Amino acid sequence: MRMKLAATAAIALTAMPMAATAEGEVNIYSYRQAYLLEPLLNAFTDETGIKTNVVFARQGLAERLEREGRNSPADIVMTVDISRINELVEKNLVADVQSDTLNKNIPENLRHPEGKWYALTTRGRLIFASKERVKEGEISTYEDLADDKWEGRICTRSGKHPYNIALISSMIAHHGEEQTEAWLNDVKDNLARKPQGGDRDQIKAIAEGVCDIAIGNSYYYGNMLMDENQRPTAEQVYLVFPNADDRGTHVNISGISLTQSAPNKDNAIKLMEFLSSANAQRIYAEANSEYPANPEVKPTGMVAEWGEMTPDQLSLQEIANNRNAAVRLVDRVDYDG
Amino acid sequence: MTEVVSGANPGPSQPLLAKRTSKRWIISALITTAIVVLPVFSVLYLAFFPDENIWPHLIDTTLPRYLTTTLKLMIGVGALTLVIGLATAWTVTMCEFPGRKFFEWALLLPFAVPAYVIAYVYTSLLDYAGPVQKTLREWFGWQSASDYWFPEIRSLEGAILMIGLVLYPYVYLLGRAAFMEQSPSLFAVSRSLGHSALSTFFRVVLPIARPAIAVGLSLVLMETLNDFGTVDFFAVQTLTLGLFDTWMNLGNLGGAAQIASTMLIFVVILVTLERYSRRRQQQFAARDNRDPIHRFTMSFPRQMICLAVCAAPLLFGFIIPGATLGYYAWEYFEESWNPSFIRNTFNSLSLSGTAALTTLLIGVTLAYSRRLHNTRSMQVLMRLSSLGYAMPGAVLAVGVIIPLAGFDNWLDGLMRDYFGFSTGLLLSGSAFALVFAYTVRFLAVSAGSVESALQKITPSMDMASRSLGHTPGKTLVKVHLPMLRGTLVTAALVVFVDCMKELPATLILRPFNYETLATYVYQFASDEMLYQSALPSLIIVLAGIVPIILMSRSISASRTMS
Repeated sequence: MRMKLAATAAIALTAMPMAATAEGEVNIYSYRQAYLLEPLLNAFTDETGIKTNVVFARQGLAERLEREGRNSPADIVMTVDISRINELVEKNLVADVQSDTLNKNIPENLRHPEGKWYALTTRGRLIFASKERVKEGEISTYEDLADDKWEGRICTRSGKHPYNIALISSMIAHHGEEQTEAWLNDVKDNLARKPQGGDRDQIKAIAEGVCDIAIGNSYYYGNMLMDENQRPTAEQVYLVFPNADDRGTHVNISGISLTQSAPNKDNAIKLMEFLSSANAQRIYAEANSEYPANPEVKPTGMVAEWGEMTPDQLSLQEIANNRNAAVRLVDRVDYDG
Repeated sequence: MTEVVSGANPGPSQPLLAKRTSKRWIISALITTAIVVLPVFSVLYLAFFPDENIWPHLIDTTLPRYLTTTLKLMIGVGALTLVIGLATAWTVTMCEFPGRKFFEWALLLPFAVPAYVIAYVYTSLLDYAGPVQKTLREWFGWQSASDYWFPEIRSLEGAILMIGLVLYPYVYLLGRAAFMEQSPSLFAVSRSLGHSALSTFFRVVLPIARPAIAVGLSLVLMETLNDFGTVDFFAVQTLTLGLFDTWMNLGNLGGAAQIASTMLIFVVILVTLERYSRRRQQQFAARDNRDPIHRFTMSFPRQMICLAVCAAPLLFGFIIPGATLGYYAWEYFEESWNPSFIRNTFNSLSLSGTAALTTLLIGVTLAYSRRLHNTRSMQVLMRLSSLGYAMPGAVLAVGVIIPLAGFDNWLDGLMRDYFGFSTGLLLSGSAFALVFAYTVRFLAVSAGSVESALQKITPSMDMASRSLGHTPGKTLVKVHLPMLRGTLVTAALVVFVDCMKELPATLILRPFNYETLATYVYQFASDEMLYQSALPSLIIVLAGIVPIILMSRSISASRTMS
């Protein structure tokens, strides 16, 4: 029995310093890596004196929030990918936020009509092409990926990855399910290898000569260029903003929402407003080579040099609505097989 | 395979022991199991409420592939770990060769390397831009990937190799302990009856060691089944991948829970089959511990073979990945050093330590209760309590949140209604939730190894102690625990190292601003930043080495001291 007591005491000891919902705080459940948020949150604390607490995970935070219910300590959820944000809305886990500052800073197409989410950054899903083997202008649209001339020359990550699912959802929105299935079938036939790895690995594969074009998010390329050891690899490719001349490039967002149960609601809204401000937007976008959601903040440095991105004006909601259809389509086409 | 290999009289053990058992043991076993299976049952419960029926779509499309790939992966990893684990365990125990004492503990080192880390490292070494292919290209003058063939590391075979390299220590550890416990006289008898050393190994040594090896192998298989990091990175389409697809992409948690439940059934069948196949075996160690093992003395070439057998897994499972991480950590030191490492390390150590002790305590309680009261229902209880190990960590985490948050909110509601104040969330979102999750997850490790070791202690020990007037509790403390010392330390340390590496459940359940080494590694690894994650990865590995050395010493000590 003595051992049991000792163990209980040990558990109690480790558990004690964890309760964290004092005043002057804001608690964040984040699907974004904590190191990306750190400089921003520090700036927020410096400006307002409000302390921030973060839990980062890739899955399960929505479930945690749901089960914790009205007692959940979380004030804010930070997400990437519109479908995941939409899930929070559908599960009724996030609250309406009406703030003039937010509405002024974030354009209408990048926020929920009732303020259930606001985009903080956008990122284009681009085409990367080999400088050596693909002539400028040879590929300019997502539709081109299905062309026979790319047979055995395309690399992508898993079709099931949320970023690819969102792209396929946008294709469904524009062309309907049937045509998108045919398109995806053709893209699959053009693959140089079974989908694998992350977006950076596809850029590497071009440098290695495994394939000539790849699909990937803009910031992976940017972050490779900023890394001394990976720059030579990234410099083997150039980027293409697909469909720049017609409907525009497919973009996805990272976003922020207020939880229904937020115990520190005022602080949370202050944080949301802060993150939409020009200052924070600049830091945020630069830290990860993304595009600021606030139109007053223009991309700077490297991202600006890539040229203007014309985003597809398709509503993000519609992309989220097509998610299930897109996932099933990927299975039917057996894209990853 | 069902001969009874028995030492001292097995005797009419069970009834005698059970009769005078105090009820307390059974009750505490019942309560513990009830608490520990809550998360598993929560997942089963979720399985009844899918958003939509996923099976028609899965069966039409990807399910056949998920199933065959999963089976191939499990068979491959199982075979690989058996071959490496048993070959090294036997060599180290029975052969005399230079470096034997070093390999005794060094062979455990790969265990400290998380599977997802070794997968990242080998990919960076073996892919096109990596040093291996680069050197080959320079030597042979190849220009591009199309000029030559090179095995693809991101494949089923690659995943088998990666997982096998870091999981074989389970088989090695339990196999070695079992070999060491065997009476050398059995071996001598077999040899004197005309069997060669090899034939004796397969006909005498292995069958006797089977319960222990089975525990090791089933741990390996369960861990393989729920691996997500490696198969995801290598795009190997296993059932776990299908599960996460259903959960994250289709937003169908209930459907995902159904897949998890199906995987549980897999495991239950596996374990039951193994137990059924040796249902008539009963073995007790009657070995005189003072009788030392007579190691083979061998010719020089044979010694070199032994050396190679032990050096290869160490080289590929530890030295190469460790050195690569060390190199990256050095290159990116300024970018990746962070003062929070010290706190993260402390978090990892204290959490894992608490979880290891708790798990051991519960494991001993369950295994001993079963010994006192060896009925079918107690056996079922044992099996139930081990199910958490077969569930992917992230799913188990949701299973942990459900009862904990449920309890918290119930208590809070009660307090608000009657006393007008809120207790908020007491358990969920605290380190308790993490310790609880680790216990549920790794109980199989401690309960399994304690159980298999207890089975080897002849019941006459219990009878002697009890007839001298000791209670069951006192008998446990005075008789069994001292005899089990080696097993206890081993079990605790295996759980400890496992907790250090645990990732998915930790991510979801941890309190605010709470990083362990594993979660810290993950935020970079998940963002495709291998180099920045090298330093913390290295710290996980280093932190795992210390207990591994302790573990090995205690095993050796238990042999010479007892």
